[in-house]
Amino acid sequence: MRIYVLLLLLLSNFSAISQNCNNTLSGKVIDLHDGSLLGGATLIVAGTEQTVVSDIEGNYTINNLCDLSYNIQVSHPFCLTKGILVKVNGNMTRNLYLEHHLEELNEIIVKGLSYNQKSNSIIEKKIGGDDLERFSSGSLGDALNSLSGVSSLNTGNTVVKPMINGLHSSRVVIINNGVRMEDQEWGAEHAPNVDINSTDNITVIKGAGALQYSGDAIGGIIITESSKVAVKDSLYGKTISTSASNGRGGSVSSQLTKSYKTGWFGTAQGTIKRFGDFEAPNYMLSNTGIFERNASFRVGLNRFKYGFEAYYSLFKNNIGILRASHLGGAQDQVRAINSSRPLIINDFTYDINSPKQEVTHHLARFKAFKRFDGLGKLSLQYDYQQNSRLEFDIRRGDNRDKASLDLKLTTHSVMLDLESKLSETLNLKSGMVTRYQNNVANPETGVRRLIPDYDKYDLGIYGILDYRLNDQWLLEAGGRFDYTFMDVFKFYRTSFWESRNYDELFPEIVIEESNNQILTNPQLNFYNTSATLGANYAFEKEYKISFNYSLASRAPNPSELFSEGLHHSASRIELGDLRFKSEIAHKFTLNFQREHNVFSFSVNPYINTINDFMVIEPTGIQQTIRGNFQVWEYRQTNAQLLGVDVDAVFEFARNLRYTHQFSLVKGYDQFRDNALINIPSANTKNEIIYRNPEFQNLRLALQSDFVFRQNEFPDNNFEVFIPETQTTEIVDVSTPPDAYHLLNFSSSMDFNMNEKSILTLGFNVTNIANTTYRNYLNRLRFYTDDLGRNFLLNIKINY
Amino acid sequence: MKKVQFLATLFFTGVMLTGCSDDNDPPELINEEEVITTFTVTLTPNATGTAVTLQTKDLDGDGPNAPVVTVTGNLTVGATYTGRIVLLNETESPAEDITLEVEKEADEHQIFYTFAGLNATAVATNNDANGNPLGTKFTLTAGAASTGSLTFTLRHEPKKPNTGLADAGGETDIEVTFPVSIQ
Repeated sequence: MRIYVLLLLLLSNFSAISQNCNNTLSGKVIDLHDGSLLGGATLIVAGTEQTVVSDIEGNYTINNLCDLSYNIQVSHPFCLTKGILVKVNGNMTRNLYLEHHLEELNEIIVKGLSYNQKSNSIIEKKIGGDDLERFSSGSLGDALNSLSGVSSLNTGNTVVKPMINGLHSSRVVIINNGVRMEDQEWGAEHAPNVDINSTDNITVIKGAGALQYSGDAIGGIIITESSKVAVKDSLYGKTISTSASNGRGGSVSSQLTKSYKTGWFGTAQGTIKRFGDFEAPNYMLSNTGIFERNASFRVGLNRFKYGFEAYYSLFKNNIGILRASHLGGAQDQVRAINSSRPLIINDFTYDINSPKQEVTHHLARFKAFKRFDGLGKLSLQYDYQQNSRLEFDIRRGDNRDKASLDLKLTTHSVMLDLESKLSETLNLKSGMVTRYQNNVANPETGVRRLIPDYDKYDLGIYGILDYRLNDQWLLEAGGRFDYTFMDVFKFYRTSFWESRNYDELFPEIVIEESNNQILTNPQLNFYNTSATLGANYAFEKEYKISFNYSLASRAPNPSELFSEGLHHSASRIELGDLRFKSEIAHKFTLNFQREHNVFSFSVNPYINTINDFMVIEPTGIQQTIRGNFQVWEYRQTNAQLLGVDVDAVFEFARNLRYTHQFSLVKGYDQFRDNALINIPSANTKNEIIYRNPEFQNLRLALQSDFVFRQNEFPDNNFEVFIPETQTTEIVDVSTPPDAYHLLNFSSSMDFNMNEKSILTLGFNVTNIANTTYRNYLNRLRFYTDDLGRNFLLNIKINY
Repeated sequence: MKKVQFLATLFFTGVMLTGCSDDNDPPELINEEEVITTFTVTLTPNATGTAVTLQTKDLDGDGPNAPVVTVTGNLTVGATYTGRIVLLNETESPAEDITLEVEKEADEHQIFYTFAGLNATAVATNNDANGNPLGTKFTLTAGAASTGSLTFTLRHEPKKPNTGLADAGGETDIEVTFPVSIQ
């Protein structure tokens, strides 16, 4: 081979000397945006009018060229025609890059193909376009709930925490516009600080195998992204407004993008959302309003060879927590649980009083990339996040308006990533990340810190190889190593310190002792390894089977390590453990799918075995002056989760389609031989959709959502003596509520306003039958029914 | 471009390192401001005799240690007592008198008395601005000889007026039970 090349070079030299007109120019025609090869492109040499067409793999060859400069016009049905000047000197190879038309880009975005595959062998679920816009007035968690295998742990209906295959909080990593969210995500009552309107596409990866993002996503990864901006002179945008009857509020979100054919672009986006108290079918849910304000800005330069982007977003949220859920001890819990209605019901109001959460999240990112020939695409990213979380409880006296929790979490990350094509069939993704995080708890609260002050340092390195064996087989393997160091200042209650024997185990970390409290300086190191191995087999055009094994390791979060005190909104005392080590998960997933015009499906069974799984559960009752409280302690155990997600689509007639989803997950504590708490019950969603593109793009859909009762749960009930009645009562904090069935309707129609603008009107009803129900995964289910019927009106204008 | 990236890396690493080394000073100690560690009831006989003190003290608040309950003596058959309740936060030094705060916000608080097996009654003698009982001061009348318990419940934001504990709602700030004998 090498000899031929040498010969070729020698020959071309001779020909150059002899001024021969026998030169050959060859190469590939390539899509500037995604690097795909463009077959069927027409190349016309100006002057000679010689015309050639590229073959299916984008190859072209032009013969009989002299040692001159030529202007070659390259055109392709999907691309802007481009003139390229080539100075021919002997036989040459040159790749030519073309840009897409805007229309084509949009089309691809709708299909979700303009996004890179995140992982080759783990099932990915996407939501974007209209499906996402229907949730404009809701939250990220609401939108994700519409996917199979994804559920949510709720606190009321505004704090919606995504759950993937039964796992949540620190076990689910959210990558928001390329940035790993650091927003006190350990808390079960802390919803992700992401504006659903700032994203165009959400991908859920049900596993930890996408190692370029993290190695500790034992549950899975949620990725939100914005559409790529077309390289074209253009100005476009959209405004979506939603009004809802339940909560008597709504949201407005606007987005405007300006782009230039030079590759420069800028986008501005903003959302405002306001609701008052929501309503269950039979009563008002007092103090459940929400007020959210978000904005984001993006500017950048997008060229094929290089580019950069700067992004900033602000998320500000004020959420009321059901007033009747703020309780004293066990005797209050008995009253609240035994009552069929919330103990406090007031008239409707937009006011948000204590208990409430006020969260502000700033996120800034700067990213640049450059493609190097022979090396690949190298990107460098720096991001900054600042999360300030205030939580207000019902307090007395001068402390009335003071937050009980006041945390400020600051995170800086630098990431370096390289995507290389080692050969036609072998790709390598590799990179590293360094991260510094600082948490400060404001001492002004007058309440002992729930989470201590700490500095945290992370270093991660990864590599993922994928190899295309042939048309059928694709293999993938990857590894990642993460080092975490935590430098913590924590005040322990002396009594707790001694009751845990920490005085004998960790005498060296004590700094000083005063007033019933001990100041300590724990310094913790965690070394985590994660890996992924998978294969993808495609056959008979429409079928695909993929298998993946992921090893994930997660260091304990600050709450699992350091909790020590009363958790008001749960009416229980929570205790962490300083001795915890990382939990390690082994997840095997299988996915069998068919993609077909009439009948498509995917079946996705999985098994996740987690060693040293951190779980919080009740261990006893503690007497205090305020009464008795149940004590919940974190413990490490071995856990196993197994389940299956099923999706099916059947286009049974023209314009009519039926979609089906079924998810089942079981979770077991292998030490105690018992079910795990808060595992989603089996559920199935079935929907009939009518769509007529010829009549104003009319869309009508009726959805049935059936949630089974969770029959496997640990019995955490306890007894409490009630002095006023001189009786002993059982506090039932375990029994799951009954199964329920909800019917939802959605519809939309498009109207052309003028050449450039489209108006889309949508009308939706959720919980049509105004069904009274309680959801096992709603933390307020003990105190109140879930939401009643809701009418929503959507108005969207694309311009 | 490579140089730019290298410089950028250097810059951000620098930023991070300085960020890391800023303050290693230990944080400030927080004393629980609202916690009630000590609940003391002084029952002074209206006639002759010695006062009886009922006290429960839990210096570690929500910590693992149980409250320490002391009762200094028995009540006398047929006697009437003036009761005075004092709430203290002894994690602060000097101890903070939370009774003042409760009495200042009398309309949002009420103390209830529950007798079990004890032949006695109690009536609040101080009221809030609306004329509804507060109960940090009360009169206790002991009846025939008996042994049982006396429970004090402080409710925050109860329904006022109410017909008793079962109807009051609100949140329990205090619930303490004393073993008491009337002899």
